[in-house]
Amino acid sequence: MARIKIPRKSTAIDMTAMCDVAFLLLTFFILTAKLKQEDPLRVDVPGASVKVNVPDVDMATITVGHGKVFFGLEGTDLRKSLLEEMGKKYTQNFTPEEIQKFSLIPTFGVPVNTLKQYLALSTEDKKKYTQPGIPTDTTTNSELFNWIYEARIVTKNLHNKELRFAIKGDSHENYPEIGKIIDVLQKQAVNKFSLITALNQGK
Amino acid sequence: MAELDTSGGGGKKGGKVRSKKASTRIDLTAMVDLAFLLITFFIMATTLAKPKAMDTFWPDKTKKDVQLPVPESRTMTVLLGSNHKLAWYVGAPGATPPTVDNFGKNGIRKTLIENNKKIEETHAGKDNYMIVLVKASDKSTYKDFVNILDELNITGIQSRAVVAITAPEVKMLKDNQLY
Repeated sequence: MARIKIPRKSTAIDMTAMCDVAFLLLTFFILTAKLKQEDPLRVDVPGASVKVNVPDVDMATITVGHGKVFFGLEGTDLRKSLLEEMGKKYTQNFTPEEIQKFSLIPTFGVPVNTLKQYLALSTEDKKKYTQPGIPTDTTTNSELFNWIYEARIVTKNLHNKELRFAIKGDSHENYPEIGKIIDVLQKQAVNKFSLITALNQGK
Repeated sequence: MAELDTSGGGGKKGGKVRSKKASTRIDLTAMVDLAFLLITFFIMATTLAKPKAMDTFWPDKTKKDVQLPVPESRTMTVLLGSNHKLAWYVGAPGATPPTVDNFGKNGIRKTLIENNKKIEETHAGKDNYMIVLVKASDKSTYKDFVNILDELNITGIQSRAVVAITAPEVKMLKDNQLY
């Protein structure tokens, strides 16, 4: 009896379409995504229905959470001259290496007098070190006030633009903590600033 | 893939020697592997949800003479208390007892829309809009504060102000177990 022969099919699959899809997705992710930045102070940002994105340039972020205040400025050139100015103000001589190191830190929360020690730490040690936050009070001579003030001057000088401010507060932070920061900003007539929120839908 | 030509070349009848056509198919498996590996890396290493910015405008504190008088009958005061609750009253403080309310669609948003309508109906003239005063107590969280500003944005109430809370208002919150 003749057996019915089942023709053997090749196991090779045409990968062209799959390859196309994979690279399409890859292109999409590369174009839309922004690299995750390791925040030294983790905050849980409250949700809101706002759909405006945070601008990327000429932007300073004041992070408030767990009773600490951190300050961040976009742009390495701005950070360099900011530290120079702050060094002059607080009579701390920052070396060019320290300024270079500082320009690579997007957000920090150490008092000026311990900034040198912090910058001397290695990248690994910096991650382990818990930063105490920038000293803040309601007077017009607190460190935070001066950081904000100098950052505005530096931005005006280098980019000829008004520096924009954003407050990134933790959801569970009590309102007075945020109110203090708003007071500091208002003391130097910064009356327009943003509150950073996350988009929540379906509310 | 690598294959050896074992056909014996040519054949016995002395015909033309034909070079074998190589297949144009390339094995793409490795390339797909690589592509998916990169996709995985980008998904893990990046953030897709960009932070959003809620723009706020505050009065200039350095200028004292620009404050406009506010008729009490058109104001609605929102007091932010503890446990993500709030209390509100319309008009002068103490004239009407405060009402405790929740955040959200059926809470303060409804109240804001209703009060706005009521005030616009009972007041004549061009300037008959409602003015909302937000007073955050020491026990309220930043989330509540952002929430109330967001509700004001959603309901389209433009005339709002953030004012420091006073002692009688803290007492109001205390009476309602919100402090």
